[in-house]
Amino acid sequence: MKRTVRVAVNGSRHERGVEPRLTLADFLRDELGLTGTHLGCEHGVCGACTVLVDGHSARACLMLAVQANGKEVRTVEGLAPSGELNVLQAAFWDKHGLQCGFCTPGVLMSLTELLAENQSPSEAEIRQALSGHLCRCTGYQNIVAAALEAAARMRK
Amino acid sequence: MSTARVVGTRARRIEDPRLLRGAGRFAPDIALPGLLHAAFVRSPHAHALIRSIDTAAARALAGVHAVLTAKELAQAGVRLRMPLGFPSTALPDNITPFVLAPSEVCFAGEAVAMVVADSRYIAEDAAAAVEIDYEALPAVSDLEGALAAGAPKVRKEAPSNVLTRFRVAYGDAAGAFAGAAHVFGERLEQHRGAAHPIEGRGAVARYDPGEDRLTVWSSTQMAHDLWMTLAQLLGMAEDRIRVAAPDVGGGFGAKFLVYPEEIAVAAASRLLTRPVKWIEDRMEHFLSAIQERDQIWDVEIAVDRNAHLLGIRGALIHDQGAYTPQGINCAYNASTSVSGPYVVPSYDLDVLVVQTNKVPTIPVRGAGYPQACFTMERLMDRVARALNLDRAEVRRRNLVPASKMPYEKPLRNRAGTPIVLDSGDYLGCQQKVLDAIGYSDFPVRQAAARTQHRHIGIGIAHGVKGTGRGPFESGTVRVSPSGRVSVYSGALAMGQGLHTALAQICADELGVRPQDIEVITGDTGYVSLGLGGFASRQLVTAGSSVHLAARKVREKALKVAAQQLEAAQADLELADGAVRIAGTNRAITLAAIARLLRGVPGYSLPAGVDPGLEASFQWQTDQMAYAHSFHACEVEVDAETGGVKILRYVAVQDSGKLVNPLIVEGQVHGGIAHGIGNALFERMRFDEAAQPLTTTFADYLLPTSTDVPTIEVLLHESPSPFNPLGAKGVGEGGTVPVAAAVISAIEDALGVHIHEAPISPARLVELLEANSAAGAIAPA
Repeated sequence: MKRTVRVAVNGSRHERGVEPRLTLADFLRDELGLTGTHLGCEHGVCGACTVLVDGHSARACLMLAVQANGKEVRTVEGLAPSGELNVLQAAFWDKHGLQCGFCTPGVLMSLTELLAENQSPSEAEIRQALSGHLCRCTGYQNIVAAALEAAARMRK
Repeated sequence: MSTARVVGTRARRIEDPRLLRGAGRFAPDIALPGLLHAAFVRSPHAHALIRSIDTAAARALAGVHAVLTAKELAQAGVRLRMPLGFPSTALPDNITPFVLAPSEVCFAGEAVAMVVADSRYIAEDAAAAVEIDYEALPAVSDLEGALAAGAPKVRKEAPSNVLTRFRVAYGDAAGAFAGAAHVFGERLEQHRGAAHPIEGRGAVARYDPGEDRLTVWSSTQMAHDLWMTLAQLLGMAEDRIRVAAPDVGGGFGAKFLVYPEEIAVAAASRLLTRPVKWIEDRMEHFLSAIQERDQIWDVEIAVDRNAHLLGIRGALIHDQGAYTPQGINCAYNASTSVSGPYVVPSYDLDVLVVQTNKVPTIPVRGAGYPQACFTMERLMDRVARALNLDRAEVRRRNLVPASKMPYEKPLRNRAGTPIVLDSGDYLGCQQKVLDAIGYSDFPVRQAAARTQHRHIGIGIAHGVKGTGRGPFESGTVRVSPSGRVSVYSGALAMGQGLHTALAQICADELGVRPQDIEVITGDTGYVSLGLGGFASRQLVTAGSSVHLAARKVREKALKVAAQQLEAAQADLELADGAVRIAGTNRAITLAAIARLLRGVPGYSLPAGVDPGLEASFQWQTDQMAYAHSFHACEVEVDAETGGVKILRYVAVQDSGKLVNPLIVEGQVHGGIAHGIGNALFERMRFDEAAQPLTTTFADYLLPTSTDVPTIEVLLHESPSPFNPLGAKGVGEGGTVPVAAAVISAIEDALGVHIHEAPISPARLVELLEANSAAGAIAPA
């Protein structure tokens, strides 16, 4: 039994018939080929699969594709549509905010949400926003530094 | 003109733009036409006999292509028993895991059957429908249980739960202890944790029957070992197999092994002549990816009346888990690294390597060194406390002085050569950190905090980590006729920034920019020799090989350019992808030289050079480069809840000559965060039947952004005299002393004595209550 899902992802409209149990993460990755959204735990703790649904962060592993019907989804591939890194991504590059890069897409999406709501987040606010993400490589320090740097550049 | 050297600079990583756009290609991202998906059926028992397996219901499900057990694999010509990772005549036979368990399961999570289906969803449905009749057997759930009289055996085939026993000793320990002014004993428990890269394991195999060619992409730390093992177990020629590591989402030891699942996936692809993908889920990682660190140390330290070390002796029990997939390297590393940065005149350690019905163990970030460091540093704190001396002072009296470097220890590393601390300034580094954290003022701060009913404490620890393990890593540098520079190595990139570091090293020799260099690693299709990523080794080994190979290419380019430009080699310089006569516009590009050396049919090459503007070098070593770290941290402990907050963390890292300080600092941050997990959070619990109890990230806690403080990293450079770069590794150095430093700080805050790590809030409260019942301290 399949259900129809109509969803806008990074500004493009898609319509697919999917099984109701298909997660949004697998929908994005397998149906749409957007493999930038990664799966680290599939139980909603690590945050690697974080995407924005109607502007709010959501775990794509805990959400079903059918629940995204009629919604706008933004993934890491939507951050730099022209190919040039956006301010946040560039700050990550400059501040060495990533190592293996596996948790990075989800982290970027949570910080995209934070920076849209708060132009001058404190270190504590950034750490709070990151607390739903697990990173085994960086110790979070350069992620925090990159977020502070991005916020400063965005204010200019 | 870009002649500025890039080695030693904080160059941005060449890996990053792709990863930041979500355009990385990790194993789960590999999509192939006709791809099938695998799921494993895993044992729910820690120990049981397999009476029968009924796969009919699973096979009947729509979309299921095959359900494979050991029987089907054997019929398909697959050898079922994994080879020992580090072959050794010192270990008994029949100790390694099986591709799929044929008759007995020895830990909960061991793979018994494999389902291959159109989707992972269907594969999991079918896996649940495989019916296995088990006869449960008693299981061994901990080290002491394994050694108890009448303990059940971990595997029917095992003659004993003791895998092996060995002794590491030098000097006259008995005499030292007999004549010592003071002897102190400690019993310390170090707990098993897990590596937990955020990307789990995963493999994709594609067998092409037309070409009889197998390609395997695996999230591994050792592509070349997987390649050779596939050839061996599948009975194929190596030439018919290519193994490539795609982007690897972290390793930390979990991928430093050829796993049964990788063989099973490849075997299934060959059997079904369809590409097959298996991506581990997190629960599988908890159940079946390797773990490490369960050790019990029962040790004594002997000192003279001035707290100078005279000797260490005792026993170490190491948990090997249910099988021995690799060797006894963790136990060996631990037993030979206890003395770390100190002068220890005598030593006698009895080591028991014991099997339990738990996930097998191999190195996790640190590989035995963190446990040894914890033991040594706890003993140093014990001496200080007992003799009423300052902890830093006790260390100062016993550190190997910089003037004695290189310092040979009466111990041998695995290569059989003496352990030689190659360089370092342990005392100077200690002082640097103590100054930075305000160690001498701390008692004043602590007393002030006490008046506000706050418990703060300071802890310190040294760590020394052998890095750059040999025997070699391969390096090839090639300039193509288009002028493109490529670096190839059997090393394996898993997030460390290896490509950037190798590109920097090559760039300086050839006068090109790092971002213009292509680096290819972990791909047996390009590189025939390689060992891969482990033991903080790749900058030292692959870096040295690439450095020397690039130098050969440089010399060749200079020789040809001198002929072409009719100039003396001494007048030439390499910059901007060309060789030019210094101070002039006369130049020849590397591309033009590469084209000359490519050859034209029938025409001569330039005189005195081999074809091709390329060179390989396999730099060899049987020494290690010993990286040093000294950590100090300040913690605050809530005596009511046992909650620990790290207020400050200062670390010095001496990783020899630095190629990229930006990357080095990042490695130190990550290593320390891992150590904080080992100190405070990461406990892999099993019940008495060896059933794992922590199989989600909600139960097993990794440190988060609110647990890890801002880490103040100081860099010290004592070049290693033993490699051409003067480099030392850094991947594990950050982790080694953390548990010791954090536990030391908690002790200092509360006045309780702690013998274990990790320490949970509940356990701290328990210790505090026991202490206050004994009247030892009154809570502030």
